[in-house]
Amino acid sequence: MGSVTEGLERRTFTLNLGPQHPSTHGVLRVMLDLEGETVVDARPVIGYLHRGTEKLAEDKTYQQVIPLIDRLDYLACPAYNFAYCLAVEKLLGIEVPHRAQYIRVIMAELARIASHLIWLGSHAMDIGAVTVFLYTFREREVTYELLEMAAGVRMHQSYFVVGGVRWDLPDGFVEKLKAFLDIFPKKIKEYENLLTKNKIWKLRTVGVGLLSREDAIACSVTGPMLRGSGVKWDIRKAYPYSGYEQFEFEVPTGERGDTYDRYLVRMEEMRQSREIILQALEKLPEGPIHALEGKLFFPDPELVRGVHKDMAALIHQFKLVSEGFHAPEGEIYQSIEAPKGELGFYIVGDGGPKPFRLRIRLPSLMNLQSLPLLSKGHKIADMAAIIGTLDIVLGDVDK
Amino acid sequence: MADWLAEVGVRLGNVILEQGEFRGEHTVVVDRNSLLETLDVLKSGFGFNSLVDLCGVDRGIDENPRFYIVYHLRNMETKYQLRVKVGLREGESVHSCCGLWKGADWMEREVYDMFGIKFDGHPDLTRLYLPEDFLGYPLRKDYPTEGHEFEG
Repeated sequence: MGSVTEGLERRTFTLNLGPQHPSTHGVLRVMLDLEGETVVDARPVIGYLHRGTEKLAEDKTYQQVIPLIDRLDYLACPAYNFAYCLAVEKLLGIEVPHRAQYIRVIMAELARIASHLIWLGSHAMDIGAVTVFLYTFREREVTYELLEMAAGVRMHQSYFVVGGVRWDLPDGFVEKLKAFLDIFPKKIKEYENLLTKNKIWKLRTVGVGLLSREDAIACSVTGPMLRGSGVKWDIRKAYPYSGYEQFEFEVPTGERGDTYDRYLVRMEEMRQSREIILQALEKLPEGPIHALEGKLFFPDPELVRGVHKDMAALIHQFKLVSEGFHAPEGEIYQSIEAPKGELGFYIVGDGGPKPFRLRIRLPSLMNLQSLPLLSKGHKIADMAAIIGTLDIVLGDVDK
Repeated sequence: MADWLAEVGVRLGNVILEQGEFRGEHTVVVDRNSLLETLDVLKSGFGFNSLVDLCGVDRGIDENPRFYIVYHLRNMETKYQLRVKVGLREGESVHSCCGLWKGADWMEREVYDMFGIKFDGHPDLTRLYLPEDFLGYPLRKDYPTEGHEFEG
């Protein structure tokens, strides 16, 4: 052997993973420094999907920004509309009626279930358990049907508007949702039967991608990633919004902070989301779905187009379409617990109809930053598991 | 005013230039030269262990200071939140706070990418989203939203 290796030097080499690779869930590029098969360093290179959302928003009225926000995390659109609308409402200083608050909570938790289902399916498929993907997409389809029923479209719903929701829940929605929630625990059990005690799954996830409590906090990691590292932190509990204080639910946490713990945390979160939706449906109040103060909403179409045309309504409609409503001068930060972590909006208002500055604090971006910490020392084959456990969506990384 | 906030005022009185409250959120504007010490005191003395967000704001070409760097800090134990702002004129830089919070790394790179503001002592201050040969800083107010090429 001596003669073969003689005169050869040992050094690390760089491998380019992505930007087009099945395990990167979009256009993520990672520069890997390898020593043999062991990862010495991993440097994510991002920006392939950068659309300049923050700059575009400065040139749009507050309502016109809503469809842009949908396109950040396209797997959990209602959650993103939710955070943005809450932020603008905070700037305006208005309260949303109870019914609208509850509908928003239902939609946001449905989005969490949908997002976690996609995560679970693709994460398992990356590691080689293809069956789970087929199972989770079966239920994910139901969640999308429900969102479509309420909003009219499957993706990019823009169902929330500043001050409430666009229209009330359609007939048959509650029944269909209840039927889904009835069978959902059995379905989660099905996924768990395939994975939780599966020897191969555990070999691929236990002890892989460790993230300590301290590192998680220092790196501004949030959401299931943070909870997987044992930090009991949830914006819904810490700074309740939209009536979350009225619901009873648990915040699951992990112990070791590895890929397996984060898997368990997300599985339990789906159950807790179901609990929240059940409570919201039970207590769903009657009443208006729009804030009544402020002229934020379009008048009744009958008043504008019908035979009994109302001049005041017509003027109001015209002003909203052409100019938009004005928000006061000031700055606010509002965050929510999105499926992937803390989603925050920092808005600087200048008294006009457009945001002077709209800053979006994205959960996937901040969580991806911990990738080098998670992957150091692991084999290159573990990268698929580690990128999967981050649960990133590139639209939510690149904004 | 909350007790903790009054205490922040006492401890950092000499570096706080402005203090305000809006919709229940507290903001302090601090002196640029002692920014790092201020953040350090807030982290170790007041338990602001989490850097929630760091971003830039361009207030307009004629404003003085033209830019703000905005830090959103959080104490995860007491749940207190504080917004710290520091004003910068064109060409001025601030010290990087990567040493206090590792998470500041990409946030500072994004501010550099979008506003061209430099962070002294940052381990790798390169553009975050845009390619290295990109001209201009898009989130500046004098950068156009339309057109193909920026003439610089």
